[in-house]
Amino acid sequence: MSLGSRGLCPQPPEQQLEYVLRLYVVAGSPASRRAVTNLRAVCKEHLTGRYTLEVIDLREQPALAGERYILAVPTLVREFPTPPQRLIGDLSNRERLLLALDLEAT
Amino acid sequence: MACADEVRVQLAGSALYEWMVQALMSVNKAPTGITGLDEVLGGGLPVGRVTLVCGGPGAGKTMLAMQFLVSGARELNEPGLFVSFEELSEELVANSASLGWDLAELVGDGRLALEEVRAARAELTEAGTYDLEALFVRLGHAIDTVGARRVVLDTVETLFGALPDEALLRGELRRLFGWLKERGVTTVVTAERGDRTLTRYGLEEYVSDCVILLDHRVRAEASTRRLRIVKYRGSAHGSDEYPFMIDVDGLSVFPLTSVALAHEASSDRVETGVRRLDEMLGGGYYRASTALVAGGPGAGKTTLAGAFARASCERGERCLYIAMEESPSQVLRNMRSVGLDLEPLAHIGLLRFFTLRATQSGLDAHLAAIHRAVSSFAPASVVLDPISAFGGQALEVEAAVTRLIDFFKGQGLTALLTVLSEPNESGLKISSLIDTWLSVTNIELLGEHNRAISVLKSRGMAHSNQVREFVLRDDGIDIVDAFAGQEGVLLGTARVVAEARVRNTALEQQRVLEARGRRLEHRQAALRAQIAALEAELAADTAAEEVEDEEAESREAILLETARGRALSRGGGGPGAESS
Repeated sequence: MSLGSRGLCPQPPEQQLEYVLRLYVVAGSPASRRAVTNLRAVCKEHLTGRYTLEVIDLREQPALAGERYILAVPTLVREFPTPPQRLIGDLSNRERLLLALDLEAT
Repeated sequence: MACADEVRVQLAGSALYEWMVQALMSVNKAPTGITGLDEVLGGGLPVGRVTLVCGGPGAGKTMLAMQFLVSGARELNEPGLFVSFEELSEELVANSASLGWDLAELVGDGRLALEEVRAARAELTEAGTYDLEALFVRLGHAIDTVGARRVVLDTVETLFGALPDEALLRGELRRLFGWLKERGVTTVVTAERGDRTLTRYGLEEYVSDCVILLDHRVRAEASTRRLRIVKYRGSAHGSDEYPFMIDVDGLSVFPLTSVALAHEASSDRVETGVRRLDEMLGGGYYRASTALVAGGPGAGKTTLAGAFARASCERGERCLYIAMEESPSQVLRNMRSVGLDLEPLAHIGLLRFFTLRATQSGLDAHLAAIHRAVSSFAPASVVLDPISAFGGQALEVEAAVTRLIDFFKGQGLTALLTVLSEPNESGLKISSLIDTWLSVTNIELLGEHNRAISVLKSRGMAHSNQVREFVLRDDGIDIVDAFAGQEGVLLGTARVVAEARVRNTALEQQRVLEARGRRLEHRQAALRAQIAALEAELAADTAAEEVEDEEAESREAILLETARGRALSRGGGGPGAESS
C-alpha cells in the first residue's frame, strides 16, 4: 500500500528534488482545507520546483491512517529530506511550518 | 416464609423471570463471559455504550477487557476490536495464550482485530488547530473490517502524553465516546487509577454509563484483588466490593452466594474411611460432594482426611492430597502413627501428594497450581488440608475456597477439606457450599484430651446428630458412642468413670431395694403372725361361745326334763303325751 501510493506520485529527477511532502486530511474539514492552502502558499513561495506534495484524504484511504500511524488531522509528514518530520494542525503557525521545512522566515 | 422463598427460587430459575428482568431493565446487556461478573452486572455491560474499567498497574484491566472480547468472539459470534494505545506487548499475547486464548487464530478467523495506535510526543510538532479525525477514521475502518460489535480502547489516556493540547484531547475523547455510541458498539475503555480520582486524567467525567473499579494490593505477602461497580446507569447492580482472581480460566468474580448451584447432585455414596462415620452419615459422603472437617489443632482432621484418601484408593480411585503445610513425608509419618499406612498407595500411584507452601505466593497462583495438578493427575477425589493455611484476607480466602469448591464440583471430584477452627467460631463463610460438615473437637477434661466428632450438617441425607467420641489408636480410628448424662457429653476417662458411676449407683439402688424387700418381708411375716394369733384368739373365743351355748341348751333340756318329770309324777298324763 505504501509502495503503491508512492508509485502514484511520479518521482522527479533526484537532483532537482529536495522535498517530498505528504499531507493527510479529511475532505470537508475546515482545518484540512486551511492546511492545504497554507502549505501550498509556503511551497510556492520557497520551494517552487523543488517539491512534490501528495494530499491524502484518509476517508478515501482509511487503511493508511493505521499503516502510517496518523492520529491527528491534518498531519503533514516531511518524508524527505530526512529525518522525517511530523507537523499537526492547519499550519496557520507559519513559523513552525518553515522551521519544519528547514526554511528561514523571510 | 419458607413458601415465599420457594416461590422466589422457582421464579428465579424460570424463563419468565429472566424475561421480566430483561423487560424491567431498560439497558440491554452484553455478557462479559466472566464468571460472576455478569451476575454482579445484572447480565453484562451496557450494549452500545461505553464502560470505563479503571485500576492501578497490574489490576487486571487489560485481561478483563480482552476476556470480554474473546468470549464475545468465541461464544456469541460478536467480533471484537482491541485497540492498544501502547505497543501491543508480547506479555499480552503470552498471558492470553496461558488462558487458552489463541489471539492469532481469532485474528486469522476475522473474529478479532488488534490495532496498535501509537503516538510519541517527540515526533509531533503542533502548528495550528487540528482534531483526531484520523483516529476516528482508523477505528471506523477497523470496526468495519471485522464487523466489530465490541471494542476495547486500552489505555486511551496514553494520548495525554503524546498530544500537546490537553483541552483539545479532552474534547476529542468526549467526541470519540459519543461517536462509538452512535456506531452502536459496546466499548470498554481502560484507564489508570488516579491518586484522588478514579482515573488519572478524569476520564470518568466522559463515561456516564458504567464504571468498574479494579483493585490489586499485596498485603501480608498475599495478593488481593477486588472489583466494584462504581456506577451503572439504568441498571441494578451489586454494590459490594467483590473479590476476584485471575487463573487459568481467566477472571472470575465472586458473588459468593451464587456459585456452585448448577452441579448435578449424585446419589452415589463413597466411603469416609471410617465405618462408624459411614453409618452416622447414612452410607458415606455423596460422590462429587464436598465435605468440610473443622476442628482445633490435633483434633484429628488430618487423620479423617487420610482415612478418606485411603478409602478412595482402596476403591481403585485416584486421590490427590494437597498438603498446605506439611511435606508428604510428614503426612505419611503422622498417618502411620494412627495405623494408616498410605505409603504403598502413594507408591502404586493411586495417591499423589501435592505440597503448597501457603506463604509462597498469592491465592491466584495457588488456584492455578491446584488446577494444573488436578488436570494432570485426573483424580476422583481430592483432599485439601487445611484450607485455613491460605494466607490473606478472609474475603479473599473465602473467594479462593469458593472457586476451588466450584472447580472440584465441576470436575465431579469428591472433596474433603479441613479447616482449623476454634470451637464456637463460625469460620469461613462457605457453609452454603459444603455438603457435609463434620466437627472434631479436642476436649480437655480431668487432665486428659479427648476427641469428639459430630455431624453439623449433611445435605440430602439422614444423619445422626449425636456427639460421639473419636478414638485414635495405633491400629486405626474408631468412633464410639459418647456418654450422655445429666452432666452433658462425657468422653475418655470421664466417660469410663461416669459409666462406672452409673453401674455403682445401680448396684447401690439394688441393695437398697433388696433391703427394703427384706424389711417388707419381715413386716409381712410379723403381720401374718399377728393375724394368726388373732385368728387363734378368735377361734378360741368361738369355741368358748359354743361351749356356753351347749351348756345353755343342756340346761334347758334339763329344765324341760325336770318339768316333764314333775308333771308325770303329779299323775295323769300331760297333753303332749296323750296326743302322741
